[in-house]
Amino acid sequence: MELTTFWFLVVAFLWTGYFVLEGFDFGVGALLPLLTRGEAERKQMLETIGPVWDGNEVWLITAVGAMFAAFPAWYAGLLSGFYLPLVMVLAGLIVRGVALEWRGKVTARERALCDAGIVAGSALTAFLWGAIFGNLLYGTAVATVLGGALSLTLALVHGAVFVALKTTGPLRARARRAASGIAAVALPVAVLALPGIPAAGAAGGGWTAHPLPWLAAGAAAGALTAAAALLWRRREGWAFTATAASIALATAALFGTLWRAPLPGLTVAEAASGPYTLGVLTWIGLAALPFVLGYQAWTYWVFRKRVTA
Amino acid sequence: MDALDLARWQFGVTTVYHFLFVPLTIGLGVFVAGLQTAWHRTGKEDYLRLTRFFGKLFLINFAMGVVTGIVQEFQFGMNWSEYSTFVGDVFGAPLALEALLAFFLESTFLGLWIFGWDRLPKRVHLACIWAAVLGSNISAYFILAANAWMKHPVGYQVVDGRARMTDLWAVLTNPTALAQVPHVVAAAFVVAGGFVIAVSGYRITRERRAATGGDAAVPLARAARVPGDPAMWRGALRGALVMTAIAGAVLAGTGDASARYMGEQQPMKLAAAEGLRHDTAGAPFSPVPGIEVPNLLSLLAAHDPQARVQGVEDIQRRYQAEFGPADYRPNIPVVYWSFRLMIVFGLSTVGLSLLGLWLTRRRRPVPAWFARAGLLALPLPTLAVIAGWLLSEIGRQPWTVQGELLTAASVSPGVSLGEVAASLAVFTVLYGALAIAEARLLVRHVKAGPDPLTVSPDPRGPGDVDAEAALLTPTLMY
Repeated sequence: MELTTFWFLVVAFLWTGYFVLEGFDFGVGALLPLLTRGEAERKQMLETIGPVWDGNEVWLITAVGAMFAAFPAWYAGLLSGFYLPLVMVLAGLIVRGVALEWRGKVTARERALCDAGIVAGSALTAFLWGAIFGNLLYGTAVATVLGGALSLTLALVHGAVFVALKTTGPLRARARRAASGIAAVALPVAVLALPGIPAAGAAGGGWTAHPLPWLAAGAAAGALTAAAALLWRRREGWAFTATAASIALATAALFGTLWRAPLPGLTVAEAASGPYTLGVLTWIGLAALPFVLGYQAWTYWVFRKRVTA
Repeated sequence: MDALDLARWQFGVTTVYHFLFVPLTIGLGVFVAGLQTAWHRTGKEDYLRLTRFFGKLFLINFAMGVVTGIVQEFQFGMNWSEYSTFVGDVFGAPLALEALLAFFLESTFLGLWIFGWDRLPKRVHLACIWAAVLGSNISAYFILAANAWMKHPVGYQVVDGRARMTDLWAVLTNPTALAQVPHVVAAAFVVAGGFVIAVSGYRITRERRAATGGDAAVPLARAARVPGDPAMWRGALRGALVMTAIAGAVLAGTGDASARYMGEQQPMKLAAAEGLRHDTAGAPFSPVPGIEVPNLLSLLAAHDPQARVQGVEDIQRRYQAEFGPADYRPNIPVVYWSFRLMIVFGLSTVGLSLLGLWLTRRRRPVPAWFARAGLLALPLPTLAVIAGWLLSEIGRQPWTVQGELLTAASVSPGVSLGEVAASLAVFTVLYGALAIAEARLLVRHVKAGPDPLTVSPDPRGPGDVDAEAALLTPTLMY
């Protein structure tokens, strides 16, 4: 495979990993006051993501770093082009990260402030990522709002299912019911928004017109439907797999559509670094990735047990 | 005032702010790992209490370093898109490697450490904190290699108006980086050492007052709950003094190497740091304006008292001939004074640590006045680090990449003055509020002191995992 293609896939893979992993972190954060009754349950709910959220966020840092190294012009154009939205993303990530880390070390009154920061930072950032990419594809307010609604609702379902999967007791039951409820909202949003991703290719904005993004978008909607059905049957593990697949497939549809030109007027080949840089990063990346994936997976294994109140 | 000026302010402010937290992450992390190792080896409960106490302070600080670091990675593309497009092929590589090889290690194993007290075998749990601090230190290497490349670009070729990497090894073993990395990491250990010196000194003062009933501000209940523990704090203080003194020696040696590279690679910065106007053989150094030590600058820059050091105005003339008409002089007063303040603040911290080591030699108790003076070890090294970065980065101006790309040509053309003003306002307000919150949180936890242990866990004993976990988790978890 040609190196620029390979690195485009690497960048897409890293963003996919980020959206799938931090997707449930965002959902857990945004739903914190809605799903819990009292401090013990809040601690229980946050402990489901406690050991892993920071590592999940590194997927974003790696995705952006890989874009910088492999496609400097894409990195520079995307980040400077979405300047103010990204300032808000950064503000959201800052507030949320600090609040998550400090929450257990403050007074009860300050804890309420931390909770507000976790909710606002999670919901805002989850909305903004979809809004940014929706705006990138169409440049319209409708696409921006639909994109944001899609990423936010997907994150909420994904997070609620994750809480149901990782907890016991009343919180688990409440999270499962909430997940079903949110899925009922997320499904129509997805049906409206998901076709918009591959359809951008046909709209003639220079994006990629190809059947594969259509296939991915359709499969994403299918996976979300399956998640709703699995929730109904109380199959939490499979429902979580399905919401993860839905987010991954939606991201795949997005990057499939961006494949020809990741930014208007900029092709992947034009944006790419030279073959030397891509080659040497490929070898280092291939050598390191098994370890990185291995110890991250090990973390999930160590904390595999359900969290009790 | 235009978008370029504000973008520079924003980068300067956010970078200096980010670097208030980074040294503590790097140095204090190693100190905590060392404490936990000591507990593991000896089973002494004091080490466990200190691990938990400084571990908590470390985590409060760590959060700030992480979230302000994300801003840094985004900011290159957001505010400096021309720079990013020009250098990404070379400069992006160490950043990508930093994320892949360092940040994953750091964040994943720190998560395991925080939540793994009761779930991991003790040796594995100890290995987790070491893996995390290893990640922090590796990240310092990669980002500083990238920074060194801006000062002394190597291993590249400019093709079609973009820098193309030709040799990653040359970028990663850039002599400028090999001098700068140990210098900055040693500075981080001095900052962290100073932090522990100040905290321990404060605890010693406070507990002595509480013991003699001299401090009405300490409620009796708390004084009783946390009995004075002079031996424990003296141990922490001594450890930090040793760490600071050793790091100080590394700091001096690598600073010397950096000055020599600066003379070769960034003569303008060196000339500005001395305010030397014209090329001079046997150049003097002025500790303060008006007093000159003959030949010292030549000695520092080239290890030869007679060496020729280039002067600002002569370099300006040569650069104009080489790069075309422009002003190639940095802000000379800022560079001149930051150089001196860095040295004064840095040396006084190291001096304080040497003094402390001598005063507490051979089981001598910590003198009361030194415990109080130890508080100075908190601001001094931090001020030195700030001054060092101002010297390093303002001295590089007007270049972002020495000899290749001017700062004025690096800024994002499509980002308006209003947008940068808005982001600068957001970051200023947010960072200001968080600085106050972090300071208050740290002070509160330092005042409260370490939590007492109700039973004495032995790290080598079998079967006490659960008892110990019950003891530890409330303070280390969310």
